[in-house]
Amino acid sequence: MLIRQPDDILPSDITPPEIHRQRRRFMQGMGALAAGAVLGVAPDVQAGAKLAGVHASAYKLDEEKTSFKDVTTYNNFYEFGTGKADPAENAGSLKTRPWTVAVEGEIGNPRIYDFDTLLKLAPLEERVYRMRCVEGWSMVIPWVGFPLREIIRRAAPTGNARYVEFVTLDDPGQMPGQRSRVLDWPYVEGLRVDEAMHPLTLLAVGLYGEVLPNQNGAPIRLVVPWKYGFKSAKSIVKIRFVEKQPLTAWMRATPSEYGFYSNVNPEVDHPRWSQAKERRIGEFFKRDTLMFNGYGPQVAQMYRGMDLKKYF
Amino acid sequence: MTAALRNPKIWIFGICLLPLVRLTVLGASGGLGANPIEFITHSTGTWTLIGLMVTLSVTPLRRLTGRTDLIRFRRMLGLFAFYYACLHFITYIWLDQFFNPAAIAKDIIKRPFITVGFTAFVLLIPLAATSTHAMMRRLGRRWQQLHRLIYPVAMLGVIHYGWLVKKDLTEPLIYGAVLALLLVMRLPWGVMLLQSARSRFVLARS
Repeated sequence: MLIRQPDDILPSDITPPEIHRQRRRFMQGMGALAAGAVLGVAPDVQAGAKLAGVHASAYKLDEEKTSFKDVTTYNNFYEFGTGKADPAENAGSLKTRPWTVAVEGEIGNPRIYDFDTLLKLAPLEERVYRMRCVEGWSMVIPWVGFPLREIIRRAAPTGNARYVEFVTLDDPGQMPGQRSRVLDWPYVEGLRVDEAMHPLTLLAVGLYGEVLPNQNGAPIRLVVPWKYGFKSAKSIVKIRFVEKQPLTAWMRATPSEYGFYSNVNPEVDHPRWSQAKERRIGEFFKRDTLMFNGYGPQVAQMYRGMDLKKYF
Repeated sequence: MTAALRNPKIWIFGICLLPLVRLTVLGASGGLGANPIEFITHSTGTWTLIGLMVTLSVTPLRRLTGRTDLIRFRRMLGLFAFYYACLHFITYIWLDQFFNPAAIAKDIIKRPFITVGFTAFVLLIPLAATSTHAMMRRLGRRWQQLHRLIYPVAMLGVIHYGWLVKKDLTEPLIYGAVLALLLVMRLPWGVMLLQSARSRFVLARS
C-alpha cells in the first residue's frame, strides 16, 4: 500500500485562503508600519511599494509585457506636460494621500470614499491588458485593481443613470501642465453605464504588482482596454452618474477627431492618420490593430446595430 | 591642415553633422526612449525645419551685418536641410511603412499632413540638384527664380508639423513665427528696416 508523503500537504491546503491572505496582509502591514515608523512616512503611499494581497486573475495574455521602464517613462498625461517624457519628470508634485473619490449623481448611495477604503473595497487582482493609444502605439500592461462594477453595485444607480462621468483632479499647483490651456481642465471622460458595468472595465491602483506610479494616473485610474487610451481617465476624484452623455475633454477640444465611444477600430481612421496598424512599444515592425483591441468577443455585443463610423 | 581648420566651412560642416552624431550615439547606447522610430522621425524632421530656417536667415543676416561673404555658406546649409529631409523621408518609408508602396501611396493621398510634407520634400529635390556652380551658370536668372521655391517649401514644412501634432501647437507656432519673421525681412519694408538698423549700428561704431 502506498503511503502518501505528508509534505504533499501545503499549509494553504489547511488554512482557508481568506484567512491565509488575511494573515499575510497582517504580516505585510506590520512590516510596512515598522518600516514607515523608522523612515517617518506613511506606509504603502509611494510608488514602488509592493501592493499586498494581489491575486492572479484569468485576464492574461500570450503577449510579451511592455517593460516597466517603458510603461512608466512613455506616457500621455497632459496634466504634467504634453511630451511623452514629461509625466515621469513632473508627476512628483502630485500628492496621492490623502485622496478621496466622490461617487455621486443619479444614485441611491452617494458617498465620498477615502482612497484607503477603496483599496479594501474588493480583492485586488492582476490583469494583463493591451493598451492602444489613439496616436498609433500600444503596450501590454499588468494592471492591479478591481472591476469598476464593484463601486457601481454599491452606488445603486437610479433609472436615470445612463452614463458615468469620470473627473480627474484639477489642481495646477500639483499638476503643472494645467497651467497651460492645452485642454479645458479638469479632464473629463465618460462611459455608458453598460460599458462601465462591463467585467473588463477596471479601476487600477497599481501596475507590475506595485503602487501605481504618479505618471500612470495615481492613485486610482480607469482602464478600459477596448477603447483608446485617453478614455481611461487618470487620478480620478469624482465618479458621477448622469442622464445625458458627458462632454469629454477631448470631444470639447476637437469634436471632429475624438468621439464619445472611441473604441479601438482599425477600420475607422482618425481624420489625420490611419488606425489600421500600431507600433507595439519594444517591437520593430508594426502590427495590425485588432477590432476592439482584441476584446471583440467580450464587448462587441454592446455595440450591435450601431454604425461605428458614426459613433466613433 | 591648420589652413583647413581656419576655413569656417569645415566648422559649419561639423556643426551641421552634430544632430546625426547625436542620434547615432543615442541609438548605440539605447537612449532613444520607448519609441525609437518616433524619436528618429521627429528628430530628423525638426532638423530639416531648423536647416531651412537657418538657410533662410542668411540673406537677412547679410543685410543686417553688411557681410556679403555670408552667402558662401548658404549652399551648404541648404544641402544639409535637404540631407535631413532625406533622412526623415527614408525613416518614414523604411522604418515606418517598411517599403509598402500601397500603404505609402494611400498615406500620401489620404493624409493631409503627409501630402504636405511629401510635396515639400519633392520640391526640395530640384533645388538640391541645381545647387552646383555649373547649374547656376547654366540657369542664369532662372536659377534664382527656381530657388525661390524654398519659401513655399518652408511654409509647407511648418504646416506639415502643425497638422500632425495632437493638440499642443506651441512648437509648430514657434517655427511659424520664425518663418514669418524671415519672410517679412525680405519684403521691401523689411529690407529697409534691416538697412536702417545696420546704418545706425555703423554710425554708432564710427
